[in-house]
Amino acid sequence: MISALAIMALGAIILGAALGFASIKFKVHGNPLVEKIEGLLPQTQCGQCGYPGCHPYAEAIAKGEAEINLCPPGGEEGVRKLADLLGREVKPLDAEEKPKQVAVIDENTCIGCTLCIQACPVDAIVGAAKQMHTIVAPLCTGCELCLPPCPVECIRMEPIAENIDNWKWKYPVVEIKAAPLKQAA
Amino acid sequence: MLMNLFKFKGGVKPPTNKTQSVTLPIATAPIPPRLVVPLHQSIGGTPRPVVQAGDKVLKGQLIGEADGRISAAVHAPTSGTVVEVAMHVQPHPSGLDALCVVIAPDGKDEWIARATVDYQSLTPEEVRARLQQAGVVGLGGAVFPSHGKLTASKTVPMDELVINGAECEPFMTCDDVLMRERGEEIVHGAGIFRNLLQVKKVLIGIEDNKPEAVTAMRAAVKAAEEDFEVIAVPTRYPAGGAKQLIRVLTGKEVPASKRSTDLGVQCFNVATAYTAWRALAHGEPVVSRIVTVTGNVQAPRNYEVLIGAPMDELLKLAKPHPDTDGIIMGGPMMGFLVPDHAAPVVKATNCLIAHSPTLFPPKPPEMPCIRCGECARACPHELQPFEMYWFSRAKNFGKTQEYAIFDCIECGCCSYVCPSRIPLVQYFRFAKSEIWAREREKQAAEGAKSRFEFKQLREEREKADKAEKLAKAAAAQAAKKAAEALAAAGASNAAPVAEPSPAAAGAAEAAKKAVIEAAMERAKAQRAAIQPKNVDHLPPAVEQEIAEIDARHAQALGTADTPSGGGEKNR
Repeated sequence: MISALAIMALGAIILGAALGFASIKFKVHGNPLVEKIEGLLPQTQCGQCGYPGCHPYAEAIAKGEAEINLCPPGGEEGVRKLADLLGREVKPLDAEEKPKQVAVIDENTCIGCTLCIQACPVDAIVGAAKQMHTIVAPLCTGCELCLPPCPVECIRMEPIAENIDNWKWKYPVVEIKAAPLKQAA
Repeated sequence: MLMNLFKFKGGVKPPTNKTQSVTLPIATAPIPPRLVVPLHQSIGGTPRPVVQAGDKVLKGQLIGEADGRISAAVHAPTSGTVVEVAMHVQPHPSGLDALCVVIAPDGKDEWIARATVDYQSLTPEEVRARLQQAGVVGLGGAVFPSHGKLTASKTVPMDELVINGAECEPFMTCDDVLMRERGEEIVHGAGIFRNLLQVKKVLIGIEDNKPEAVTAMRAAVKAAEEDFEVIAVPTRYPAGGAKQLIRVLTGKEVPASKRSTDLGVQCFNVATAYTAWRALAHGEPVVSRIVTVTGNVQAPRNYEVLIGAPMDELLKLAKPHPDTDGIIMGGPMMGFLVPDHAAPVVKATNCLIAHSPTLFPPKPPEMPCIRCGECARACPHELQPFEMYWFSRAKNFGKTQEYAIFDCIECGCCSYVCPSRIPLVQYFRFAKSEIWAREREKQAAEGAKSRFEFKQLREEREKADKAEKLAKAAAAQAAKKAAEALAAAGASNAAPVAEPSPAAAGAAEAAKKAVIEAAMERAKAQRAAIQPKNVDHLPPAVEQEIAEIDARHAQALGTADTPSGGGEKNR
């Protein structure tokens, strides 16, 4: 009787110790769901969702505080992917879907105030105080955060034009043609 | 010389239609009034233009400098004047524009000084650099810069070099006539490649529907005193695919996501070998190529055409029939309809076919897939096109990748045999370009994320640095004040400090006060420096006046201290 109790107690202690060790050793840092959600977000860091960046928005979605349709750069497809991941219902986007764009600085007007450099979340603007600034177009995410701080309104957004490098084959469409009309007898 | 040949699975046998264009020898196309030379003619980086509008150029002069390791230079195809460096329409299915150098020929066709070298006296690196500078690229259609393929593998000994003269596409005969007429130079070019790659055997594969080319090449090999094997391979489309020809000649099957060099084999087109020889032995960069002009024309023929010549002018030489309604660049299996007929001939242009509704009747409408499996039987890469088709059609791109869509060479065998006339290759191209676009977006997002995180890190670090600096300055001030206080205490009392801890505490407090005072003093000074703008830089007379007024003012107030001069302006 006592030996049986002792065995059970010993087993409990060993397993408890193993579990305790595992909970420390294999502790998951951060919420893995947040990372998955963040992977689906376009990382423009534009704040159009109302959160200061893609990571905070991902956290809010993971907590169930935010809707999944608040990300305009992600578009309808982004909403669909988030819905797939989270098992939520697809909702129409809570904003207009815009074509991809990049910021362009009118270099003649730029006064070199560095305000846009501070505003750019992805370090896509180069320049220095009282020197002309310019956008590194391949790095620009089109977040529009540089537009409001500019005191001389020399930044404008331009849609990315199709060129040979980013051109895509179109989805094959079967043309439905009307059969040639037969001449009435 | 009996050799055991191997087979590749699948393939089709479309009508070859090659005899029309081989009756006449290669003709030189006249120099057109305007040449539009695209800068981006090969895979890899876009060459940078090194000429400007108004520059005089000679034939073979560099106009586009290779950008990066995988990129090939571009040269002026004839002598003349650069009219502009501007965007012009490209021979591309999109019909979009890209940067081109437009040259108005002067008609003299005057060569730049051509340096001939003995390539055997050069190191392999120098030979590769020369090939890149001469713009030698794969002329079979893929236009991959050749120097990038000419580095011997360090891990695998190179066994075979395959020279591809199969030319399996229907209608196309440019490689056929080149082998017939300039076989010896092809053999010399293959010799360069052999020396660079240190291969044991050189195999020249030619489809057996070109017996004249086989004979010519055998004679050329004998004349050049080489031990290359010229092998006639069975005619079956796509025997000219690199992986297919390697399979037929060597029995080696290149696995998915591996290169043929991993198996000790490398493959080059005959025209590439020819241009490599011209580049090294004659100092002539790639400024022209042989183009088959055929299809719905009266006089199909092969022309040696300058790069940049407009396609419609070239087609006119072959006298197209009046019902011609388009130009196909490449063969009927893999080519595409050129959206704009003014597009220039480029290094990838091996064949132009005049299109007419009678020659290529419009495809009847697509019917549902009946899962007959004909496409899988025809696929030379042993893929399952019907599965890839389902998933491409449903835009389920992850699944298409599971079915190895990137191993598809878009040869068109599946579309050719499909009884439901489904444009399978179009679906695959659509799926591939969507996957590439997504990959680009994903990479851009990852880059943006890492830059964003770095920026946040940097801002925090800057904040911390600033705080630390301030704290350090404050501490230094405090120490100074404490020392002063201590010295003062020591001097006045002349008594030993009994309790150091309260004194230190008092000193610290005093130091803090001193810091605050100093800060306020600074702020005051700053304010002072800013405020009295209206009395700055006054003439001495006015300053004198102010001083007098100040003195009177002080006297009236009855204060003891009078201003010492005009310096005190901050009241």
